[in-house]
Amino acid sequence: MTDLLYDADEEALRGSVRDLLHAHAPWQRILAAIDGGDPYDAALWRRLVDQVGVTGLAVPVEHGGAGAGFREVAVVLEELGRAVAPVPFLGAVVATRALLGCGESTLLRQIAAGEREVALAVGLATAPDAAPGPVTVGPGPTLSGRVAGVADTAPHGLLLVPAGDGLYAVDAVEPAVRRTPVVSLDATRPLVDIEFTAAPARPVATGAVAATALTAALTAGAALLASEQVGVAQWCLDTTVDYVRQRRQFGRPVGSFQAVKHRLADLWVELTEARAVARHAADRLGVAGAEAALAAALAQAYCGPVAVRAAEVCVQLHGGLGFTWEHPAHLYLKRAKSTAIAFGTADRHRAALARLVDLPAPSFVEPVPDGGAGR
Amino acid sequence: MSDHTADGLRGLVATFLRTHDPSGDRTGFLRARFDAGLAWVHHPPGRGGLGAPPHLQAVVDEAFAEAGAPDNRPRRNSIGLGMAAPTLLRHASDAQCRRWLRPLWTGEEVWCQLFSEPDAGSDLASLRTRAVPDGADWVVDGQKVWTSLAHRARWAILLARTDPAAPKHHGLTYFVCDMTAPGVRVRPLRQATGEAEFNEVFLTGVRIPDSHRVGAVGHGWQIARTTLMNERVAIGGRPLPREGGMVGVLARLWRERPDLRTGGLHEEVLHAWVRAEAARLAALRLRQLVAAGQPGPEGSAVKLSFAELSQRISGLEVELRGAEGLRHDEWTMRRPAEPDLLGRTATHRYLRARGNSIEGGTSEILRTIIAERVLGLPAEPRVDK
Repeated sequence: MTDLLYDADEEALRGSVRDLLHAHAPWQRILAAIDGGDPYDAALWRRLVDQVGVTGLAVPVEHGGAGAGFREVAVVLEELGRAVAPVPFLGAVVATRALLGCGESTLLRQIAAGEREVALAVGLATAPDAAPGPVTVGPGPTLSGRVAGVADTAPHGLLLVPAGDGLYAVDAVEPAVRRTPVVSLDATRPLVDIEFTAAPARPVATGAVAATALTAALTAGAALLASEQVGVAQWCLDTTVDYVRQRRQFGRPVGSFQAVKHRLADLWVELTEARAVARHAADRLGVAGAEAALAAALAQAYCGPVAVRAAEVCVQLHGGLGFTWEHPAHLYLKRAKSTAIAFGTADRHRAALARLVDLPAPSFVEPVPDGGAGR
Repeated sequence: MSDHTADGLRGLVATFLRTHDPSGDRTGFLRARFDAGLAWVHHPPGRGGLGAPPHLQAVVDEAFAEAGAPDNRPRRNSIGLGMAAPTLLRHASDAQCRRWLRPLWTGEEVWCQLFSEPDAGSDLASLRTRAVPDGADWVVDGQKVWTSLAHRARWAILLARTDPAAPKHHGLTYFVCDMTAPGVRVRPLRQATGEAEFNEVFLTGVRIPDSHRVGAVGHGWQIARTTLMNERVAIGGRPLPREGGMVGVLARLWRERPDLRTGGLHEEVLHAWVRAEAARLAALRLRQLVAAGQPGPEGSAVKLSFAELSQRISGLEVELRGAEGLRHDEWTMRRPAEPDLLGRTATHRYLRARGNSIEGGTSEILRTIIAERVLGLPAEPRVDK
């Protein structure tokens, strides 16, 4: 049976990540980095890799990792979401899942050791059931084409590119690879457009192995993103509750008004459910197959909208303050809204569920004269 | 002896079954099961349990079910099992527990709850039924309403005012009332469905021995809160497989009747399916928290969602049926043995579901409780405290 709780190891991991983020990634620093034009925090990422070993969590022991699994990864993502931390962990995990599907031991070892940054070169909005990307193979082992809106790529890292019927490794420093930064809605998750012009590439996997690995990676992204969304929503709820307890109008705390209370109670209910859904999705990644796909689709059909509502309620109940640049609410709003598109929108995942649980859309039929029944 | 493991308890059940025939006398079998501590394993010995962790109950129930043993028909005594028993266990005396718990668990004695009154619904603490001391008895006068199972019940948990001068939350006392006592009159209360699951109960000069008082005089409100918390968990907390609840009825209808499908309703069915599955997983997580000894406030979330979902899904089903949704089965007044949300027509489900956001605490009251007790928001200014 699916275990929806957190065990002692997971809580300990949460504690160390939270402490580290508390010390090194306060929102004021993140906001200042955005104003400075470079929000990506390489030093923070280094600490997470070296001190907590986050990149080794999903890598099995035989490939040099900690062999912890996706449930632990999900706990780290909750904390990163709670802090809107500008680090490329989600992308690293997605790439790790792809490489696990390809049996790429060397790269997995390098990722686990924190020696190599690998990103899957697909647009952040790509759903697990998306059509193949626009990159083509040839002449020879080279790639050409453009991929828009890729997250978590490092300037000196490795790109794992779906092209033709395979997955290819391309060095991001190659002159035939041009990375153009995008002004992204969520500045804490920088995006780039990537242009490949006959870029030298090494095939990592082809055929069914590559296709399965790619789907599994995107499924993992969708499933694990739900935990980040839970973290975002939890911060929004906690922060709003603290605020409305203190803020006074009409001679009483605004949190004593029923209109305010009931919105927050509804949000708490949704968050309670989102947490169960996200834990379920992370847990089911361990068993793969149709159950993992179903749990991931459910996770993005449910948790994305909850995170968005939480951030919107947070802005609203902070009143004028919540609408300002100086208050962190907008960082969470932008993170929440962009995660609701990442790895496919809720609508797209509902359509996936319709296939997975056999609730088919109506097929078009010729209209028949009304009134036949019941006469 | 370390029987407090799943294997240990399976062993105890196997031993029990060697000396008790599951196909023999039903009541005798259930009484013996209670006496063996296999009724509520988390209860202390002598009260139907073994002092074992609560999550092991499922192991025991499963082992008995596999052996084809009779169960105690829990849905027929839902108030007794879900609300009276946990309250008695926590607040009643040894003698009271000895008298009441076994026949309650075996189903020999059905229980009901005499709490709500015509003028005390959400504001339960304002209730006016009086209990006045008279020798070794209390004499009770008043009217209760919205009382499920009163017409089948042998006993009732009763909240009555013993001190009208005290502030309203401090003047209440908790009793167990004999529903067969002179002066207890039960009248069916018909619902919008045409059925009468509920009753009005008139109490006129009903004598309750002081030995049937639970807890101290004036402590009724605190004890009632135990009952109400259990009620909220009981209503929403049963474990279900995927599509095990009302959403399963809707999903099967969608699959079997392509002729009813439209694009807009497809979206709504998918939304409802997602929401129902999220609520199911949250209920499952709540059970896991309770089993792990970390009961949290999630029960309120489960109850709120259950009410909202059953209303939304049943309404959707009636609409999806189109012209068929205009037809009902019958309006005859019936007295169902247990509430049946899945067995009758979509129209019955739709009507019955309206009660889900009222019974056991209205959704509005629940939101206020969540905001104040879970989130710690300040109470509204009140004039009655």
